[in-house]
Amino acid sequence: MGSMTIAKGINNGLRAAMERDPKVVLMGEDIGKLGGVFRVTDGLQKDFGEDRVIDTPLAEAGIVGTAIGMALRGYRPVVEIQFDGFIYPAFDHIVSQVAKMRARSLGKIKLPMVIRIPVGGGIGAVEHHSESNEAYFAHTAGLKVVCCSNAEDAYWMIQQAIESDDPVLFYEPKRRYWDKGEVDESAAPRPLLKAQVCREGTDLTLVAYGPMVKTCLQAAEAAAAEGKNLEVIDLRTLSPLDLDTVAASVEKTGRTVIVHEASTFLGMGAEIAAALQQRCFYHLEAPVLRVGGYNLPYPPSKLEEEFLPDLDRVLDAVDRSLAF
Amino acid sequence: MSDNAVASSGSTAGTSPAEDEVLAELTAPVPEVGDGGPEMIQLLTPEGQRVENTEYDEYVKDLTDEDLRGFYRDLVLIRRVDAEATALQRQGELGIWASLLGQEAAQVGSGRAMRPQDYAFPTYREHGVAWCRGVNPLNLLGLFRGVNHGGWDPNEKNFHLYTIVIGAQTLHATGYAMGIQRDGDVGTGDADRDAAVIAYFGDGATAQGDVNESFVYAAVNNAPVVFFCQNNQWAISEPNERQTRIPLYQRARGFGFPGVRVDGNDVLAVYAVTQQALNAARSGNGPTFIEAYTYRMGAHTTSDDPTKYRVSAEVEVWKHRDPIERLKSYLVHTQKADQAFFDALEKEGDELAVAVREGCLSMPDPTPDSMFDHIYVEEHPVVEAERKEFAAYHAGFEGEGSH
Repeated sequence: MGSMTIAKGINNGLRAAMERDPKVVLMGEDIGKLGGVFRVTDGLQKDFGEDRVIDTPLAEAGIVGTAIGMALRGYRPVVEIQFDGFIYPAFDHIVSQVAKMRARSLGKIKLPMVIRIPVGGGIGAVEHHSESNEAYFAHTAGLKVVCCSNAEDAYWMIQQAIESDDPVLFYEPKRRYWDKGEVDESAAPRPLLKAQVCREGTDLTLVAYGPMVKTCLQAAEAAAAEGKNLEVIDLRTLSPLDLDTVAASVEKTGRTVIVHEASTFLGMGAEIAAALQQRCFYHLEAPVLRVGGYNLPYPPSKLEEEFLPDLDRVLDAVDRSLAF
Repeated sequence: MSDNAVASSGSTAGTSPAEDEVLAELTAPVPEVGDGGPEMIQLLTPEGQRVENTEYDEYVKDLTDEDLRGFYRDLVLIRRVDAEATALQRQGELGIWASLLGQEAAQVGSGRAMRPQDYAFPTYREHGVAWCRGVNPLNLLGLFRGVNHGGWDPNEKNFHLYTIVIGAQTLHATGYAMGIQRDGDVGTGDADRDAAVIAYFGDGATAQGDVNESFVYAAVNNAPVVFFCQNNQWAISEPNERQTRIPLYQRARGFGFPGVRVDGNDVLAVYAVTQQALNAARSGNGPTFIEAYTYRMGAHTTSDDPTKYRVSAEVEVWKHRDPIERLKSYLVHTQKADQAFFDALEKEGDELAVAVREGCLSMPDPTPDSMFDHIYVEEHPVVEAERKEFAAYHAGFEGEGSH
C-alpha cells in the first residue's frame, strides 16, 4: 500500500509484468535512458537491459510494425507512442494488421500487444500533443481500448492489458500523470473490462473516462453542495463498453450526461447515448446529454480551456438535464 | 492461356482497328528493355549456358543432379498451379488471382535456400515460395475464392499469411527477426538453430514508407532479415522509372547494408545469392537486400489489362529469358535429365492441376455465422450479442419457402 502518481503506477505495473514474464518487452522513442518524455518507463532499461527496453528509431509505423513481428515470434511487446497525435503514421498497422491478424489466420495465431498512448489536452502543448483519438480505435473490431483515470487502475490495468491475449490500446490521461492516489499492490484487482461506479448518487449519472473522471468527481462534489446527488461512472474500458454498469445506473437515476475531451460528433458519447436509448428508453426522464470537445481541430493552447469540458460546462449540462 | 492473350483479344473484339492504329503499332519503337546490367549476378544464361562466378559458385557446387531436377520440378509445377488458378478465375471459381508467371525462378531459388527454421513473410504473389515451404496450394486459392482471408497456420511451415497492404510485411519480418535475436538463435554456429527471415516485396513496394522504415530498423538492430525484392518491372501500370532514379539494389548502401542484383529468372543464381544472404543473417552479419531482376509476364492480377500500358514487344524480349526454358536447356545439354524425366513431370503436372481444380471446386463455403469467429481470443460482448442477433434474424425465416 502506498501513495503514488499515475505515471509511477504504470511504471510499477510495467516492472511487475516484466518481472513476471520474460517475453514482455517495451518499445518506443526515448523510453530507455531518458525513461520516456513523461518518465513513465523511468529506470526500466537500467534494470531490464536494452534488449527488453528498446529505444527505437523515430518512426511510429516502424515501432508498431516491428512490434507485430515480435508478437508473432512469441513476445509481448508494449509499445509507447510518445503523444496521441503521433499515432497516425502507425494507424495502418493498427487497423489493417493488429486488429485483423487473428481473423485472417482463423484463430491460429494471436497478437498480444499493448499500445500505450498519452491522451488528451490541458498541458499547454503545441499542435498534435493534446488529441483524443480513442473513437477511431474503439470503432475498429479486433482491438480492445481501455483508459485509466487513477493510480490504482494505472498499476493494475497496464498489467492486465499485457496479460490479455488480444491487442489492447492503453490510453493514459497525460494531464493527470502526476495526480497521486493510493495503490494496494497486494489487493485483488478489478476486472479490466468493467466500468466502475466511483461515486454513488441518485439524481443523475455522469459517465466519463480518463482525464474527465476527475472533472466529473469535482462536479459531483460541487453539485452535492447544492443538494444534487450525482452518480459518477468511470468507464475504464471503451471497447468493449461495459454498458451493463452504465445502464443499471441510468435505470436508477433516469438522467445521464456523458463527458469526454474528444469531439462529441461521432465520439464515444454518441455510441453510449444510442445504446442507452435502446436499453433504458422507459427509464429516461430526460434526453441523454453530452459534453465534449467541439467538432474542431484541437485549438491553440491559449484556447484549450474554452475547448475542453470543465466543471462549469459539466454542471451546466447537469442543470439542463435536471430541469427537463 | 496468358492474361495477356485474354486482354489482347478482349481489347480488339468487336470492331477492327483503324488503319492508323495498325500503322502506329507496327512503327512503334521497340522499347529499351533492360538486361540487368553488368552488376547482375547470373550463373545460367538465358540459353542455359553455365557462367562461372568466383564469388557464388561455391553456393551451388554441392547441388546434385537430383537437386537440379528438383528445382526444375518446382518451377514447372508451380507454373502449372498458377495456370490452373488463372483458368479457375476465368471460369468464375476465383474472385481474382495474382499470377506469378515469369517469377518462378526468383521464388523457387529463394524458397529452396531457406532452412526449416527460417521464416518467410510473403506478399500475395509468393505462390512459388509457399510451394517450397510445403504450403498446400489450396490454402492460397481459398483466399482468392473468398472463403477466408488466408486461414493457414503460419507457424506450421514458417510461412506467414499473405499480406495485401503493400510493404507492411517488411516491418513484421524485421520485428520477427528482432525476436530471433532475443531468442539467441543467431550466430551460435548451430546450423539447425541459427535462423533468419526473408521479407518478400516488389519494386512498387520500395516506394512505401514501411519498406524504408524496415530497412532502418533492420540496419540499426543488425537484424537477421533478407529483403527479397522481385523487381518485375511493373507496379501494376507504373514502370520502374516511376519508382526509382537508381537501381533498387543500390539503395541498400544508403541504409548501411549490402545490396545485390541477381538475375531473377536464373534459379541457380537466385539460390546462390539467397544462400549467401541467409548465411550472413543467420551468423549475425545482419540484413542484405536482394533485387531479383525479373518480369511479370502476365497481368498484375486477373482484373488488370496490361495492353493499356505496355507493348507486346517488351513481353517478347522477356519470353526469351524464361526461367523454365533456360534450366531445361541446361539440364538437357548437360545430360542431367532425360526425356523420361520430362514426360513423368508433365504427367505429374497434369495430376496436380486436376487435384487443384477438384480441391477448389469442392471447397466448402464458410458457414454464415463463422464470420463472428476469431475476432478476439477472449469472449467479446459486442461480437457475441451480434452473433445472437444474426442467428435470431435468420431463425425468423425458418420454414419459409416450404409451402
